[in-house]
Amino acid sequence: MSSVFPDDSVGLVSPQVMTFSEPLALACGRDLNGYQLVYETYGELNAARSNAVLICHALSGHHHAAGYHSDSERKPGWWDSCIGPGKAIDTRKFFVVSLNNLGGCNGSTGPGSINPASGRPYGADFPVVTVEDWVNSQARLADALGIAQWAAVVGGSLGGMQAMQWAISYPQRIRHCLAIASAPKLSAQNIAFNEVSRQAILSDPQFHGGHFQEQGVIPKRGLMLARMVGHITYLSDDAMGEKFGRELKTDKLNYDFHSVEFQVESYLRYQGEEFSGRFDANTYLLMTKALDYFDPAAAHGGDLARTLAKVEADFCVMSFTTDWRFSPARSREIVEALIAAKKNVSYLEIDAPQGHDAFLMPIPRYLQAFDGYMNRILV
Amino acid sequence: MRADLDIIQDWIPAGSRVLDLGCGNGELLAWLRDNKSVSGYGLEIDPGNIAECVRKGVNVIEQDLDKGLGNFASNSFDVVVMTQSLQAMHYPDKVLEEMLRVGKTCIITFPNFGHWRCRWYLASKGRMPVSDFLPYTWYNTPNIHFCTFEDFEALCHKLQVRVQDRLAVDREHRHSLGSRLWPNLLGEIGIYRVCGPSVADALIAV
Repeated sequence: MSSVFPDDSVGLVSPQVMTFSEPLALACGRDLNGYQLVYETYGELNAARSNAVLICHALSGHHHAAGYHSDSERKPGWWDSCIGPGKAIDTRKFFVVSLNNLGGCNGSTGPGSINPASGRPYGADFPVVTVEDWVNSQARLADALGIAQWAAVVGGSLGGMQAMQWAISYPQRIRHCLAIASAPKLSAQNIAFNEVSRQAILSDPQFHGGHFQEQGVIPKRGLMLARMVGHITYLSDDAMGEKFGRELKTDKLNYDFHSVEFQVESYLRYQGEEFSGRFDANTYLLMTKALDYFDPAAAHGGDLARTLAKVEADFCVMSFTTDWRFSPARSREIVEALIAAKKNVSYLEIDAPQGHDAFLMPIPRYLQAFDGYMNRILV
Repeated sequence: MRADLDIIQDWIPAGSRVLDLGCGNGELLAWLRDNKSVSGYGLEIDPGNIAECVRKGVNVIEQDLDKGLGNFASNSFDVVVMTQSLQAMHYPDKVLEEMLRVGKTCIITFPNFGHWRCRWYLASKGRMPVSDFLPYTWYNTPNIHFCTFEDFEALCHKLQVRVQDRLAVDREHRHSLGSRLWPNLLGEIGIYRVCGPSVADALIAV
């Protein structure tokens, strides 16, 4: 029987759900009483249970990282370029686990879920979760799957922060940490962009203090604006210039404010529109807060090297030259702290024009190094 | 292993921490890790070499040596190695100072521009030497700061750098009686082990 999927695809996959009844203590001081995590797995767990790789997703990501949910699915999972048989994360070698984080809107317990205490959707009452909380919840998922130690935890952007947090929180449970296009903490500029996104959502009349779901509406306009701002920061000036330049959508200038004239305006509106239809506004707020709060070195007076002192994992840190959201300088901060802490680390600064989004792109040098690193991991 | 690396490894104590500047494909660090329990990092800018280091499991940091070693703490390595790269640096003197700041001892190898073949080429043809060993022409060479053994040792003297060991070898890394007697004329590659002025020496100098 021939498959409708490419040979290097994991093919048809279906999400699974793990339910946890024990309360999870969160950084904010609240407990989450019972929750579920939706996840996918690719490849087979070996007898020694030594070949498991955890994929951590970024701001708007989810559990569907590779393969297809149906024959008719148009696009594969979000990191299909890197996960599959013969790809960088080779599913013939590794057992890959990819989940939707707590607070998400793709099946794991989040603001859209029913709050057992009230019988109504959590909405704005869903607790603010941190990268640390996520890693703790992921550790429970690992327990439930019988994975005592990950061969590697891999993530880009906010996902890279989770990979780092794994190495810090559970040094014995992770052998390799791959932090791609990431940062040890956000800069003031990063936080500023997040705040603009949040204000766009919070000030939308349809937001209803975060309880829009009960009103049967969504703060579409706010979410759209938030995504538009975000999207600008994911692309480089060059990439935008290359893609759109000053191309017009119309034949001539209209001298008004409501026409979509430039291609870049049309693109951003499309991205915002599409995103607002599939993403939850409360989840967006939560994700940006998790980003803002991430600062593992704060526990050690800002000394990242000291924070990393107990780390046992080997690190692979990669950045992209035109990424200005999480610039190479931010990755070098991680690398410098690892060197100061005398940890194993390799660092690559990949020449790529795509900006922050480069970590999702099939860039030959990136894939080659990614593949080379994963290949040498012993399982 | 490359012949010069085979000589160098002998000068690196087992279990030491090594920083290899311009580590190439990671051959030296991989060998030292497997045979002498040496840990450390290689710095490299060539993508192909970096990929090869990653494949070998050698810690490699993509970093331009001309931008200094500011990300490495003083005295944080037992040995800092630089093979066949000094002549390609924009600021070889600054790099040497940085190496001595970061490492307790430094091992440096470089081609000797004072070798008789270079002298003969320049004297007889009146043009910059081009050979199989140094195949570039003056306008496209990465080797922008050639020096002779005498030049290098003069720089060491100026920077109060102590030469602990010196070996002059031919391109096959053999050392002969000739290269021992007249290194600056008959040695093609210099392999130096140097260290900074010790505290005691500095006091005497004052």
